[in-house]
Amino acid sequence: MHRTKLFDHVILMMGVFFMVGPLLVALMTSSHEAADIHRNGLQILPGGHFIDTYTTVLTREGGFTGKITGLRMMMNSLILGIGFAAGKIVLSMLAAYALVYFRFRFATITFWMIFTTLLLPLEVRILPSYEVMNTLKLTNTYTGLIVPLLASATGTFYFRQFFKSIPDELLEAARIDGAGPFKFFIDVIVPLSKTMIAAIFIIMFVYGWNQYLWPTLMTTDESFFTLVRGIKQILLVWVGSNIPDYNEAFALAILAMVPPVMIVMIFQRWFIKGLTESDK
Amino acid sequence: MAAINITNVSKIYAGGVEAVKSVSIDIADGEFIVLVGPSGCGKSTLLRMVAGLEAISKGTVEIGDRVINDIEPAERDIAMVFQNYALYPHMTVYNNLAYGLKNRGTPKAEIDARVAEAARMLEIEQYLTRKPRALSGGQRQRVAMGRAIVRKPAAFLFDEPLSNLDAKLRVSMRGEIKQLQKRLGTTSLYVTHDQLEAMTLADRLVVLNGGQIEQIGRPLDVYHTPASTFVASFIGSPAMNLLRGTREGTQLHFGSQALEAGAMSALPADLTIGIRAEDLRIASAGERSLTMKIDYVEELGAQRLVHGTVDGKKLTAALSPEIEIAETIALTIAPSRLHFFDATTGKRLVQSPDASGPARQRATTLEPAIG
Repeated sequence: MHRTKLFDHVILMMGVFFMVGPLLVALMTSSHEAADIHRNGLQILPGGHFIDTYTTVLTREGGFTGKITGLRMMMNSLILGIGFAAGKIVLSMLAAYALVYFRFRFATITFWMIFTTLLLPLEVRILPSYEVMNTLKLTNTYTGLIVPLLASATGTFYFRQFFKSIPDELLEAARIDGAGPFKFFIDVIVPLSKTMIAAIFIIMFVYGWNQYLWPTLMTTDESFFTLVRGIKQILLVWVGSNIPDYNEAFALAILAMVPPVMIVMIFQRWFIKGLTESDK
Repeated sequence: MAAINITNVSKIYAGGVEAVKSVSIDIADGEFIVLVGPSGCGKSTLLRMVAGLEAISKGTVEIGDRVINDIEPAERDIAMVFQNYALYPHMTVYNNLAYGLKNRGTPKAEIDARVAEAARMLEIEQYLTRKPRALSGGQRQRVAMGRAIVRKPAAFLFDEPLSNLDAKLRVSMRGEIKQLQKRLGTTSLYVTHDQLEAMTLADRLVVLNGGQIEQIGRPLDVYHTPASTFVASFIGSPAMNLLRGTREGTQLHFGSQALEAGAMSALPADLTIGIRAEDLRIASAGERSLTMKIDYVEELGAQRLVHGTVDGKKLTAALSPEIEIAETIALTIAPSRLHFFDATTGKRLVQSPDASGPARQRATTLEPAIG
């Protein structure tokens, strides 16, 4: 067995320093006044305006229309993140189920076609997607925000690999037990995929939460703005005097990190299980 | 409870490979039939066709009076036990047993009663709330059997159910399956590659080779009068010695050596001669015998397997451990215990006159021979 040496600790501490350091700086800076930050730069000590900055960010109505609050943006981000993750899971599970368990012609080709799209980023199809949504009059709706992003090669691929590792005998036993395709999916496949679902949920939630380009394109109505957009917006719009509200931008950035971190912490155990082991 | 009639059933895969070639077996109500053969002989395919997990390419399968070729597996009134148990990992033992009944809309009270009865029979009552993961291999196998029993099907289908168990557990589970089947009286079709399992479980066994039936018969009949060299070498352990020889008058010549074999007038000159290892005995002085050069000896406790060569041909003899062994030994065999096969087709040529008697003591030496 490897004995832990001082050097190992140094490496770990450096990791902690580089990863947590910036977060700490952001958190501390957000508790200073904007003018203060403008004069003295980033802060590593608490500044005493913690509560009022965060209250302002969450509740003050801002933007052009003067209606959008931090809370509202957070809500939008959550709807986008959760809708995105849940939708992707449902869609890719069904796609993978069809690919693995139904021997239709061209299944392999279909799979590889889906798989190839992994290589294409969202940006490649962003204009056609926008055009479709625009024609369907779905801009400035949650449907328009979420649905075009749901098709997921990554999710389909993960679920396909997972389903392939489920022994065929389970399907055969279920058939003899009188379970049809739908019942087998609900009663056996879904419960077995629990850890996998958790893992995909985390990945997709964070991915959806961090979307910037697509929401920017799809929504002009400020009541649909997400947190990530809000941060950018602060520096452009919420300028009261000549000094941008740096503290509020930092506060919003910190707030934007909380939900993904919480999701990861809640699902962490399942997440690791889902990616590494399977109890079959 | 039902008879199963398999008539001229073939399985032809896409690409023209014929895995099962026109097999017919009539299984009586309550009979325990074992399909045995080496891997790739089509025994599992045949079972899966009866189960409805593979389409039947040709021929018909009847369970009871129904032709079930195009009936869904769930409607065939069968239950299957799989090699890897195929228990639903996320369900408790109780739910594993109850799942099939629930899907059929059986009333809750009856499900409870049936599961309780099966659990009592298999002594798995204390595990009903556990998940399969928390059970040992033997317990999982019992649950798998329980899942078959609760259904009260017309037939049990077993697909190598004991292969994943260790040797000791396999022997005890074998006994339990046999007793359970006798008690329930359910028609059973059992697939195995283990000839010992086949011998001990079967009412009749079916030896398959290359998708065709080599022989159907009661275990001892198959053992004592194998229909071909394939059956002879497959059933019984150690495998029957098969030697090429020639007949000259009343003598059998193996290269430079010869045995006295009595009258064999009906036989051709070129033969394959089958000799069970346990039929060989040390020749007394002056008797015509084969001189075997010993290569190595396997001690099994109750008997001793002596491997060697006679005139360059491999031969195995099962001898009593009391016999002293030198570098060469002289062996002989009663002429009635010899098996004759056609040298080219491998088919059996003459029935040894006393070979079909079931009460021959040498059969009892089979068990320890597996060791």
